[in-house]
Amino acid sequence: MAEKMTGAEMVIQALTDQGVEHIFGYPGGAALPIYDALFQQEQVQHILVRHEQGATHMAEGYARSTGKPGVVLVTSGPGATNAVTGLTDALMDSIPLICITAQVPTNLIGSDAFQECDTVGITRSCTKYNYLVKRVEDLPRIMHEAFLIATTGRPGPVVIDIPKDVQFALGDYYMPDLDTLRHQSYRPQMDGDTAAITAAVDMMLKAERPVFYTGGGVINAGPEASAHLRELAEITGFPVTSTLMGLGAFPASNPQWLGMLGMHGTYEANLAMHDCDLMINIGARFDDRITGRVDAFSPGSRKIHVDIDPSSINKVVRVDVPIIGDCERVLAEMVRIYRSKANQPRTEALAPWWDQIAKWRAVDSLGYKNSDTVIKPQYAIERLYEASKKQGKEVFITTEVGQHQMWAAQHFHFDKPNHWMTSGGLGTMGYGLPAAVGVQVAHPDALVIDIAGEASVQMTMQELSTAVQYRLPIKIFILNNERMGMVRQWQDLLHGSRYAHSYSESLPDFVKLAEAYGGKGIRCENPAELDAAIAEMFDYDGPVLFDVIVEKDENCLPMIPSGKPHNEIILPDTANIGDIIDEKGRALV
Amino acid sequence: MNAHLQPTGSAYFLTKETQEIERHTLSVLVDNEPGILARVVGLFSARGYNIESLTVSETEHGRRLSRITVVVIATPKTLIQIKLQLERLVPVHKVHDLTAEGASLERELALIKVAGSGDSRAETLRLADAFRAQIVDASVESFVFEVTGKPAKIDSFIALMQPLGLVEVVRTGLAAISRGPQGM
Repeated sequence: MAEKMTGAEMVIQALTDQGVEHIFGYPGGAALPIYDALFQQEQVQHILVRHEQGATHMAEGYARSTGKPGVVLVTSGPGATNAVTGLTDALMDSIPLICITAQVPTNLIGSDAFQECDTVGITRSCTKYNYLVKRVEDLPRIMHEAFLIATTGRPGPVVIDIPKDVQFALGDYYMPDLDTLRHQSYRPQMDGDTAAITAAVDMMLKAERPVFYTGGGVINAGPEASAHLRELAEITGFPVTSTLMGLGAFPASNPQWLGMLGMHGTYEANLAMHDCDLMINIGARFDDRITGRVDAFSPGSRKIHVDIDPSSINKVVRVDVPIIGDCERVLAEMVRIYRSKANQPRTEALAPWWDQIAKWRAVDSLGYKNSDTVIKPQYAIERLYEASKKQGKEVFITTEVGQHQMWAAQHFHFDKPNHWMTSGGLGTMGYGLPAAVGVQVAHPDALVIDIAGEASVQMTMQELSTAVQYRLPIKIFILNNERMGMVRQWQDLLHGSRYAHSYSESLPDFVKLAEAYGGKGIRCENPAELDAAIAEMFDYDGPVLFDVIVEKDENCLPMIPSGKPHNEIILPDTANIGDIIDEKGRALV
Repeated sequence: MNAHLQPTGSAYFLTKETQEIERHTLSVLVDNEPGILARVVGLFSARGYNIESLTVSETEHGRRLSRITVVVIATPKTLIQIKLQLERLVPVHKVHDLTAEGASLERELALIKVAGSGDSRAETLRLADAFRAQIVDASVESFVFEVTGKPAKIDSFIALMQPLGLVEVVRTGLAAISRGPQGM
């Protein structure tokens, strides 16, 4: 049932057949045929960005909040190179993206033509896979194969580089049979080995100090995986902690929730990881922000590791029971096997462990000294959280990268998966604003807030213009401490408080800036006025840039210093690393 | 100005490598498509793995499959990572660690140009005969030998030719295959 059409039309047809409703892009010479085809149809809506990096982060936010792949369309040369940061971000955080890059005509490839670059060469190491389409005959197969590769197994970004002459060429469009695709070897293992899962359940039935350590894999495996995790936690009675990427898979309101773990995780989560006798890692990858010092990482525990990517197993930490498979299927199987052996939590056996956890919790590691005169960043996020709950809307949070990101992870609480979008692996400043745009495109009626820092937000500030153009009422909540706070904190800890270039000077007037873009600007520096200002932000039906002037030298605690094990965590009251800043140091800032 | 004297730390924790490094031969079956070699080689450079030797050629034209034979030097832990990371590449079908799997055959071909005259020329010919090297080109003052065998044999032949007027050497890199009836 082949249909004759141009390569450009095939691109749009394939997107339509894949159920794509929105794409994020920016036109240019080599991409014009595709843009022309876009212009003549109504199924796929195009969001015009201001910079291609913005397009990739928007697509990431779109993908994370919907579970569907995000689609990006950019031109050749600078269009493609500007997309590289977002592609790398998506690769690190396993986000399904399709990035269509236009290329100069095939006869000009290699001639250093205008706006030519070696897109497949440049993106080879920052994509899960990439294609250069040399013949229009291959285009339908490649388009559909790209979606398969991006969304299955461990998800990731796929680049399709399409030369301009291929976009113009006429060919037959067809729906390829996915079983006869070119890459016969690409068959991700979805089902975990039943014997291994049974062995894991048997260990769980004997554990006295168990902990679930869950990650982004649970989110990527879909909402069903979160449901299974909740059920498994309920029937086992085990405590649950999660990485930055996994927040929301397990409800923060559940008494079994320990909070986030890792470098800025809670005392109870990190101590539970250190002292446990059984660690059940579900869809996390023993990242260095989690493990701290590897040779002192959870020394007394046996470890179970569920991951869809075999290369994650034993990469950093040796595990006793590896289970390769999709988190949703493995969790379902774990629940089934556990239920066949036991029906309720072993409350008595776990009681001493929970008593210990209660003692750690009593430390109140997320506590901070509030102030009447200056807004503490933690307080700002707490008030934002409380106010957002009362809006009667779905609330989605995106962040930039730095202290504000960690405070958001600590003090904003998530009960549902896919509602928290942050750059974890790559740590991309400038992620949050465009990601919020992408989320709002997918969820027009939701409350979408970018919790930002004044440094990060300036990296992709221009996408506020996109939000205004498409009437996307995103709320940008800037914790403005006039510092690259996390950099400053590290300089405190490690570099004798020599604040090399970690302060923001010549900051724009964010209120005027918002107004210049056609949005609303609000500034607040008085703790007593914060609630009213947040209400004003929520009441405004349009994009808001909210400049919260916060305490300048607040450190983000608790913190596991690098090279230290989990039990050497710095707590807010046991050490004040702010003391390291002497008068001379302050004068320098 | 004395920042380097201050106790500084790192955002990363580095562990000392305790495992001994080993030399292993991997056989990698891949789709023969543009960019596949760059993909494999890029993985090695991106992740800091060392390649000793690399040989690649299409081996099954009908199925458009190529076989890459790569000799790597790494610790046992890294060797497992190399195998798993290679298998993660979309066009990679299989990766076999021939060294770990036991009996395998390893061969390499070299073309070796030696120039000389008089006594040294006769000596060159005697040694070539002992190594079963074929003369593929000859002139009054030079030979080109073709020698096949294990890399160690080629190494020793080259070492012997050194004082006899060795001009240049070209080697194919290793081709390796497992013994017995089983294929990859």
